[in-house]
Amino acid sequence: MPTFDEFAPIGALLILSVVMVALITIISRLFGPYRPSLRKTAPYESGMKPIGPAVRRFPVRFYLIAVLFILFDIEVVFMLPWAVVFRQLGLFALIEMVIFIAILLVGYFYAWRKGALEWE
Amino acid sequence: MQLPSLSELNLGLTVPALSLALWACILLVIDLFIPRDRKSVTAWLAAGGVVFAFIANLLVYRDPGVAFMGLFVADEFAGFLNIVVLLTAFIAILMSVDYLKRTGIERGEYYVLLLMTTSGIMFMNSANDLAVVFIALELLSIPLYVLAAFRAPEERSEEAGLKYFILGAFASAFFVFGAALIYGATGSSSLPVIVDAVGRALAGEGSSLLLLLMGSGLILAGLGFKVAVVPFHMWTPDVYEGAPTPVTAFMSVGAKVGGFAALLRILLVALPALTVAEGDAVAGWQTATWVVAALTLILGNIVAISQTNIKRLLAYSSIAHAGYVLMAVAAAGTPGVSDQATRAALIYLMAYMFTNLGAFAVAMAIEKDDGSGTSLDDFKGLGRSRPLLAAIMAVFMLSLTGIPLTAGFVGKWVVFQATIEAGLYTLAVIGVLTSVISAFYYVRVIVNMFLEDGEGDPAAAATPYVQWAIYLTFAGTLVLGIIPSLVTNLSGPVALAVASLVP
Repeated sequence: MPTFDEFAPIGALLILSVVMVALITIISRLFGPYRPSLRKTAPYESGMKPIGPAVRRFPVRFYLIAVLFILFDIEVVFMLPWAVVFRQLGLFALIEMVIFIAILLVGYFYAWRKGALEWE
Repeated sequence: MQLPSLSELNLGLTVPALSLALWACILLVIDLFIPRDRKSVTAWLAAGGVVFAFIANLLVYRDPGVAFMGLFVADEFAGFLNIVVLLTAFIAILMSVDYLKRTGIERGEYYVLLLMTTSGIMFMNSANDLAVVFIALELLSIPLYVLAAFRAPEERSEEAGLKYFILGAFASAFFVFGAALIYGATGSSSLPVIVDAVGRALAGEGSSLLLLLMGSGLILAGLGFKVAVVPFHMWTPDVYEGAPTPVTAFMSVGAKVGGFAALLRILLVALPALTVAEGDAVAGWQTATWVVAALTLILGNIVAISQTNIKRLLAYSSIAHAGYVLMAVAAAGTPGVSDQATRAALIYLMAYMFTNLGAFAVAMAIEKDDGSGTSLDDFKGLGRSRPLLAAIMAVFMLSLTGIPLTAGFVGKWVVFQATIEAGLYTLAVIGVLTSVISAFYYVRVIVNMFLEDGEGDPAAAATPYVQWAIYLTFAGTLVLGIIPSLVTNLSGPVALAVASLVP
């Protein structure tokens, strides 16, 4: 299948990652001491003592903050490669980025006016 | 890398779609300064944006060209469908103004979202590249998810929004995967470039034929979800029932127009020569669309019989109508018939737009403020209490059935004609038979209105703007039905539209 040749490195990476993970898990289990306790086998919760089940009520504000964070986080993700090749692209890229940021600013302004940034 | 100058982008051609998207952004900010009790101002500003886009579209319509280095094509095909979509958006705004107020869900964002999804559909009509189709698909879908849940604290509306969102996101993933496979097989995402690569793949250079078939199948599934054809229709009744009625009306037409526009353009521009074996006369996707169309027609029409709620009934009816348009798509797979079939699909979509929006407008006029009153029983006695409204609804129902002198008849006529020309006799027979079945549930609404006695006063809320919407769609239904030459005329705008698409 000649068409798939280009994907061979990806396939190799896929196999390699599976093999590596399996290898590391098996080796550490074979040679390391294994003394499980309740605290150790619990899902990791930022190092804190896990309290209560995960399915419980969170203030909806966290959700809003998370959405806003993603919005402006992604913005930076786009700006970084843009800044790297800015010299080659020139004015065209500047206009494109201004349009992109203008659209984001509309959203930012909207969220601000609607009070999404206030904690109270 | 050579970058384009501003004049090479041909921005003038994109004005209809782009102005609407831009106006939506501006309106979002303007709306912040409009006091809560005067949100109808936002509605009229949005309607103004739609009118502007409509005029701009008429100016661009006859002057085809390519913008954004081939990503965006403004031809008559897109122009014609833009007209359909902008009329839909305008009528939906007319329907919404009073409805939102009386049901207590009036918020300015509603109109902003409506404009965004409309511009998404317009981009879909013009998309000339798989990547643009996908972005337009998202721009079409995401505002619709929100709009479906717009009656938010109410459970049915929330369920509609969530269900539509989850399944819609799933369908989008199908589309992207299909687009990726086609890109993998042909090395390009541009539709006019893909068509050459398909020829090479068929000639046995490379083994990408399987990839192409799988890719086009996945694209068919992704877009089939948007237009609600049968294996992908499960969401339709629940979403249509739960969403606010003007939103239902809009998405029953708008999303279908966008989906079929992209489907027709991908199949006819990029994949017309994709055959299962080299030398086959018809396109390889014809069998698939044939089967899906037949299933859609049978299931949509038969399940509609057992519905007792007008919104659910119209939901199944919209599934069935997607089947009729898909009949035309299947017929387009026969090379000599493709322009006739495309024309049929376009005419059908326009006829369906007027009729279906009208039917929803009447259903909305008798709906109560709390969202109840959409049962078929609520139509009982309407012929006595509101004879004019009932008579108009009867015409809409007859048009959906496909009775002569209505737009629905013209649409079905051209679709069946194209199907027979393409030699798909079985499909044509299924289409005719299911039309007869559909008469049963459409006529039942008429019987309920005129021959049964009801209690109380149905048409409680036929407010002026809704009446305008009803008269507008009624006029459209009759004019198309009585003077079909307006759209079936060979030298008319539709012929031009088709000529722009079919090589």
